Amino acid sequence: MKGDSLLLIGRRLLQAAPVVMGIIVVTFILTRALPGDPAVFFAGPAADEKSIAEIRASLGLDKSWPEQFWVYLQNLARGDLGKSISTGQPVMEEIATRLPASLELTLMGLLLAVAIAIPLGILAATRPNSFVDHLCRLVVTIGVSLPTFFTGLFLVYIFYFLLGLSPAPLGRLSIIHISPDHVTGFYLIDSLIAGDLEVFRAALSQMILPASTLAIFALAPLARMTRAAMLGVLSSDYVRTARASGLSSRTVLWVYAFQNAMLPVLTTLGMVFSFLLGANVLVEKVFAWPGIGSFAIEALIASDYAAVQGFVLAMALMYVLLNLAIDILYTVVDPRIGLEG
Amino acid sequence: MNKDVPDNKQFKRRDFLKIGAGAAAGAGLLPLLKYLPAEAAAGRDTLVVVIGNGPNSMDIHRKGTNRPSYQVAVNIYDRLVTYGRKKLPDGNVMYDYQKIEPELAESWSFAPDGMSVTFKIRKDARFHDGKPVTAHDVKWSFDRAVSLGGFPAVQMKAGSLIKPEQFIALDKYTFKINFIRKSKLTLPDLGVPVPLIINSAAAKAKATKADPWATGYLHKNPQGGGAFKLERWKPGQQTVYIRNDEWKSGPLPGVKRVIVREVASASTRRALLLRGDADVSLDLPPKDTKELTSNKKLKIAGVPIENCIHAVGLNLNFKPFADVRVRQAMAYAMPYQKIFKAAAYERGLPLWGAKSADPAGTLWPQPFPYDTNPDKAKALLKEAGYAEGFKVTLSFNLGLAYWTEPTALLIQEGLGKVGIEAKLDKIPGSGWRTKALVEKKLPMHLKNFGGWLNYPEYYFFWAYQPKRLFNSMNYNNPKLNKLVDETLHMPVGSPGYAERVKAFIKIAFEDVPLIPLWQPYLDVAMQKHIEGYEYWFHRQLDVRPFKKLPKQA
Repeated sequence: MKGDSLLLIGRRLLQAAPVVMGIIVVTFILTRALPGDPAVFFAGPAADEKSIAEIRASLGLDKSWPEQFWVYLQNLARGDLGKSISTGQPVMEEIATRLPASLELTLMGLLLAVAIAIPLGILAATRPNSFVDHLCRLVVTIGVSLPTFFTGLFLVYIFYFLLGLSPAPLGRLSIIHISPDHVTGFYLIDSLIAGDLEVFRAALSQMILPASTLAIFALAPLARMTRAAMLGVLSSDYVRTARASGLSSRTVLWVYAFQNAMLPVLTTLGMVFSFLLGANVLVEKVFAWPGIGSFAIEALIASDYAAVQGFVLAMALMYVLLNLAIDILYTVVDPRIGLEG
Repeated sequence: MNKDVPDNKQFKRRDFLKIGAGAAAGAGLLPLLKYLPAEAAAGRDTLVVVIGNGPNSMDIHRKGTNRPSYQVAVNIYDRLVTYGRKKLPDGNVMYDYQKIEPELAESWSFAPDGMSVTFKIRKDARFHDGKPVTAHDVKWSFDRAVSLGGFPAVQMKAGSLIKPEQFIALDKYTFKINFIRKSKLTLPDLGVPVPLIINSAAAKAKATKADPWATGYLHKNPQGGGAFKLERWKPGQQTVYIRNDEWKSGPLPGVKRVIVREVASASTRRALLLRGDADVSLDLPPKDTKELTSNKKLKIAGVPIENCIHAVGLNLNFKPFADVRVRQAMAYAMPYQKIFKAAAYERGLPLWGAKSADPAGTLWPQPFPYDTNPDKAKALLKEAGYAEGFKVTLSFNLGLAYWTEPTALLIQEGLGKVGIEAKLDKIPGSGWRTKALVEKKLPMHLKNFGGWLNYPEYYFFWAYQPKRLFNSMNYNNPKLNKLVDETLHMPVGSPGYAERVKAFIKIAFEDVPLIPLWQPYLDVAMQKHIEGYEYWFHRQLDVRPFKKLPKQA
């Protein structure tokens, strides 16, 4: 059976190959279709025709598209994503330092959201139209209707500016701390590996506000989906049977109802994760978070081809893996589902 | 992948659920509001600066190096010369473009024929690695600046420095520049960030055949001898400078360490400043600046940016604008006061409403003799045969939306009053240069241009002479061209200089291809106990003069 699972995962990864190939081609063409000329942009406003031509040649943009694409593929095969002209760093290095920053923040936000949304959804479902249900509705409506940059600024205003409880919104670590040695790129994990609890606490405290901002945004779909799924399951025949058989309400709720309601929640979770990564951009701006979102936006504005391509590719690969992970989780949650489907 | 797959039949569903629920419960217990006490503000030796966008390279000669990187050139490297300082009536200090002072050069003298200059280099100057600074380093650095192409070459050319053959190291401490022409711009151009002096031995050690100027190395590892050394640089996050206590080229800086943090959101920068977590904030939008001026804990240094104008360009290739009466009508149709209030938040100097049609001296920029006067505009339009008005597209750069967008909207409204229908056209920052400056096809557009070298003829050279990059108006007036050519390299104060400058400014008044709106301020906000801020033409952070006094209770 172990071999089967591995085989299935392998097959899924193989199926992703054409998708990734397609993404490589499409991003290559799309970046070149962007308005604006990177050579002109990076030559600076005072440059003359000669210096623009020199820059165009040094970026390899004087070649034809097929030639440029061939060079790009060759570099890609060597694991070289090129150099971002706007930040001046290799794209691989940028992604390696920025993606963990974004992921750590997003996962933290998601964790917070799950920790609040699922109990809230369950409570709301078990007591429909009660006080808790209305509270759930209120929280969810507020969360989804506030734009993230507003929530972010609002939290900064209250907890940093007025109350002074939160540290300065200066990114992943305050000025007095030095980042832990790079192992995973997740500061919380790296600081623990280094055994530096002080940095761990500092990193955690920097993360609470931005993660809460993301969590508030992600609460809505998770809580609503949990509530809906639980309501559906609680009115099902097998729950009624379980109740009739005299099982404790606790067992009924957790073993029979909750586990069966997990599937749609899990699907939503995958989706929420992907749009949280998108919502990250604005949160990164407000909290000076050195993440991948702000990097991608800057790159787009500057027509920084290598950076945009690298970003889209990294994201595409991540989603392929994310979808795979969610599919594997399905089979764990519900044995009726196979990886085959 | 296979590490994650348990050995038995299927993944252990029940175990997984237990773990999942446990993790969720654990997360719920996280101390949501238990924070470390707010950090004590950095000590007196450390200056914390927040900035909207930071350096993307440590090498100003590299292609694609952004403007914030110029601070590295200023703080980590020395030049042969620097500028003097002057105090403004409002107490702010700015550099004095009329006074050239020694930095790495001890002294200099011009040849009797005026066709070369010889510098004596300070004998006690050392690079950060301890090697003495020699004329050979200067030669190598200047050769690099003119050879790598792109922006540094253009800037060197402005000072008539175009080829390595002009630069000669006579001996270890004597350096000579041969001129290709006599120009008053040559010496001042040596004080801008570009002609910095690089430790050539350290750089050459890392040079390769493909990269003879060590661009790959110097991009990340500055090799200078300036007032500060680089302690740490995390692109996109922060740059940390530490004082070079051996610095001999000027007075020792007042702070030991400078942390420059990048904070993209202006609101967050404002909050950091107000809370006292940042000492200095750059890149504040005019709206925030205006609101902060009334704050007693902070001080704002606002200095008008020299040689810089926010203006409306009228393209003479657009038929109605070929008629000077229509251009004047446009100048009378602008709602200057409203724009100054709502777009500039009064952080600048008005450039309209001069009483006389004759220029008031050689000062540039100076107010133009126009004011908001729709009746006069209508009369001029009627005279030109456009009594019914016309349709025009007003383009602006989205990259500068903080001032261009409100300005464009107000202009649209003002033009509506004289029967001109303006359609707004937003152009993204990356496409602006090509469309506005290279193709020069935008009929009406908002523009800002500022020259580093503060001479009216330098501005006119770039913005009023035909085919120049910043002449997006396709303006061409032979009389003006001749006057600008004559004055460009002429020393200020020579006979005939002032008359000529006044003459071309008067032509700009009458012809108005460019309608100036206001001269913007460069605003820097800082805590009350921070002293020493100086305005420099490069508009980037020079941390050398800063001092941090004890905080007053």
